[in-house]
Amino acid sequence: MKNNDYEIVMGLEVHAELSTKTKIFCSCPTEFGGEPNTHTCPICMAMPGTLPVLNEKVVEYAVKAGLATNCEIARDSKNDRKNYFYPDLPKSYQISQFDKPLCEHGYIEIETGEGEKKKIRLTRIHIEEDAGKLNHNEFGGGSLVDLNRAGVPLIEIVSEPDLRTTEEVDAYLKKLKSILEYIEVSDCKMQEGSFRADVNVSVRKKGEEKYGTRTEMKNMNSFRSIIRAIEYEADRQIDILEEGGTIEQETLRWDDVSGKTFSMRDKEDAQDYRYFPDPDLVAIRLSEEYIQAMKESLPELPESRKQRYIEEYGLSQKDSNLLTASKYLSNLFEEAEAICKSPKAVANWLLSDVSRILNEKELEPDAIPFTAEQLAKMIQLIEKGTISSAIGKKVITELFENPKDPEEIIKEKGWIQISDEGAIGEVVKKVLEANPQSIADYKAGKDKALGFLVGQAMKETKGKANPQMLNKMFLEELKK
Amino acid sequence: MEITELTVHELQDKLKKKEITLPEITKAYAKRIEEKEKDVQAFLTILAEDAEKQSTEIQQKVDKGEEIGSLAGIPIGIKDNICTKGIKTTCASKMLENFVSPYDATVMEKIKAEGMITLGKLNMDEFAMGASTEYSAFQKTRNPWNLNAVPGGSSGGSAAAVAADLVPWALGSDTGGSIRQPASFCGVVGLKPTYGLVSRYGLVAFASSLDQIGPITKDVEDCAMLLNVITGHDEKDTTSENREKVDYTKAIRNDVKGMRIGIPKEYFGEGIDKEVKEALEKAIQTYQELGATVEECSLDIANYALATYYIIACAEASSNLGRFDGIRYGYRTPNYNNLKELYRHSRSEGFGAEVKRRIILGTYVLSSGYYDAYYKKAQQVRTLVKKEFEEAFQKYDFLLTPTAPNVAFEIGTKSNNPLEMYLADICTVSVNIAGLPGISIPCGVNSKQMPIGMQLIGPKFSEETLLQAAYTFEQKIEFRKKYRPEFKK
Repeated sequence: MKNNDYEIVMGLEVHAELSTKTKIFCSCPTEFGGEPNTHTCPICMAMPGTLPVLNEKVVEYAVKAGLATNCEIARDSKNDRKNYFYPDLPKSYQISQFDKPLCEHGYIEIETGEGEKKKIRLTRIHIEEDAGKLNHNEFGGGSLVDLNRAGVPLIEIVSEPDLRTTEEVDAYLKKLKSILEYIEVSDCKMQEGSFRADVNVSVRKKGEEKYGTRTEMKNMNSFRSIIRAIEYEADRQIDILEEGGTIEQETLRWDDVSGKTFSMRDKEDAQDYRYFPDPDLVAIRLSEEYIQAMKESLPELPESRKQRYIEEYGLSQKDSNLLTASKYLSNLFEEAEAICKSPKAVANWLLSDVSRILNEKELEPDAIPFTAEQLAKMIQLIEKGTISSAIGKKVITELFENPKDPEEIIKEKGWIQISDEGAIGEVVKKVLEANPQSIADYKAGKDKALGFLVGQAMKETKGKANPQMLNKMFLEELKK
Repeated sequence: MEITELTVHELQDKLKKKEITLPEITKAYAKRIEEKEKDVQAFLTILAEDAEKQSTEIQQKVDKGEEIGSLAGIPIGIKDNICTKGIKTTCASKMLENFVSPYDATVMEKIKAEGMITLGKLNMDEFAMGASTEYSAFQKTRNPWNLNAVPGGSSGGSAAAVAADLVPWALGSDTGGSIRQPASFCGVVGLKPTYGLVSRYGLVAFASSLDQIGPITKDVEDCAMLLNVITGHDEKDTTSENREKVDYTKAIRNDVKGMRIGIPKEYFGEGIDKEVKEALEKAIQTYQELGATVEECSLDIANYALATYYIIACAEASSNLGRFDGIRYGYRTPNYNNLKELYRHSRSEGFGAEVKRRIILGTYVLSSGYYDAYYKKAQQVRTLVKKEFEEAFQKYDFLLTPTAPNVAFEIGTKSNNPLEMYLADICTVSVNIAGLPGISIPCGVNSKQMPIGMQLIGPKFSEETLLQAAYTFEQKIEFRKKYRPEFKK
């Protein structure tokens, strides 16, 4: 932010596609992709005379999401129609929830930069159907409508304007994503559009109590673009206010290429959605027993898993946080730990080399191609002294390319550690002969020289020499 | 007696006795349609040829001694807002002029499962909005009793076709009186079942919380038989009730002794035609003679039912008809330069004036700033209407009213005056508002030999009581024996 006198106030509306097998009001598959209009039927294509039937799994998943985010679950809820015309909306209304959402008054706890905890309140979570997709300009000038996504179930998670920094937004989104993944209600794949966030942004002078006028930003398709969009929009608003202007309440579209926001529609077109209860659907009534059963079915959530890692495995707060952010990574950790019983080593490998490669390849943890067993075996090979840590790094890289038994990998590649005294002695001799200056340095009290020599010896053996033995033998030679 | 004059149960008797064959039935109807359809104009699609073929095939099965259902080979007419796979379903609208549904409505599946044969699709007011069938985009159906009069609506094609012996029976739909009022105008029997008794899946929606499909028949026994076919829970319609299946023909019993009948005085006041009133008073007397007890009662809130009805029905319609946007199916304007024009022109050119009027009305009552004053208020009144009926049914087995304030009026006399047309529904709408069953049966004719209808209203799922009371009355007055439509020109 350019101007430090201001504070940004943000609230988020997150749309997460639920990973039910079938759509919310018909039995078409929800699977991503497919030839256009193949995952459709008369109901999701809104043929005259068709009627929706609410998929019970959708209610179940939404209730679980509500319980996992500390919401109150409505015993009495209903579906409403949101009316507007657009070609991707075949019924000309979206079935959503207006004044009686399934879940209300929840919160999510995030950790702020200073390691402090902050509660972000949730206004509500409601269920609704997704719209189809328009494919523009592919065939001449027109647009083509693909209704495969029409009727895929969504939950919309609306937060209170409790977020103040982009770091908090990032932490909030990551936490929300990890909760939804843990309870297995959404894949949360941003690139496939199954996890989307609209951001309400306003700015105010620090110390000011009243909120400024907010704008709503849409069309951000990655965490990075959300952060960029907020930074851009906050600066835009501050510039306007500093010049004595006023902010207009409007909906903005983020353009990732130009890095700017654009107004989506003029005021004349202010939408009146004419919400009213959908007469085709009966009210949703949930019993105490049902809600209790849902509560009991919830798996361990990231927060409690994190505490367990700190207490049970002695991991740091930071590492526990990073590991538990992804259910996949966390599960991989637990499985590998169960085999090799070295929690710290497993955590280190996952959070350093494995995470680095994921970042480079822009992959999510669930794209890790190797198994927990393979990872554990590699760690055991290091612990047994069969390979060095340096070779371990190479094995990890290899596991990403060609996942198989690490023992086979090191055999094939000839990476087995040299622990033969004679062979190591020869290398030591050779290195010392080539580096008389280092010997002199060491003798003059520069301990660093030892490290340099060991490094040279590792280079000579392509990382295969046993580092402990090298150390020992160099010391013996130098003391002579 | 001509084959086409027979009721379905009479046809069944003759089939059992092998006095007639199935192809003879369909042939008789084909001939009758050829003779009379030009006067009545009830059909939008005629399938007589195909029906003959089907009946021949079924007859062959019968001749081979194969077991078939008791209704196999019996023809039926279908209102053109009920989806029929492979056959046009137009809703009498330019918007769906060439629309062929890719699926069958649940009631069609049931009818086909019985082996019944669709003889054709029947005319109606566009999207079931109207009380005279004059708002059909294609043709004006005539009343067989007087060809210058309307058949009523919106199921005017269904009622006229049954009255004119063009089909043995038919399915209609009723949102505010659209089965009962035309049945009354055409001197036939029409039943609007309890909301939730018949699946709405495949009925092109007008007002979802009010629409019900129901039978239009020559007599009460046929009504019970057709009701047996179409009722039942449907997983595809969550508003359809999951109840044990009832055999309605068991209610065909000649007995009303001890039944308590309420006569709501509001239905006999201002605006009710004198001759209609007289006929109803006679009917009440008949019930007393048959051993029922009759008592005047009051339904105050009924005075607000018509306004309530038009708010709720139009609100739902404005949303339900949004899908006719020129994008996926139906009419699309050739004149557009952008998306807005595509929508605006397709809908302006595809819908008729009455449909547009109701969409605009419905859009208005749901708009922000007006919602509370109209839609929300109407829902509150709806609750009161339901309550008042419930209270009445603590005391009475059913209520008796006229079906319509008048007999069938002349074509063109009300079509340009929407408010007067809306008043034609005044006796029927509260039944839909409260989700109750209502049956209309003929109770006499006026001085010009035009039929007068009587409506019986019962509590939810009291169809058996209504059928029994209607049957007993029908047996007593023998309307069909005394009066026949004359096709007066």
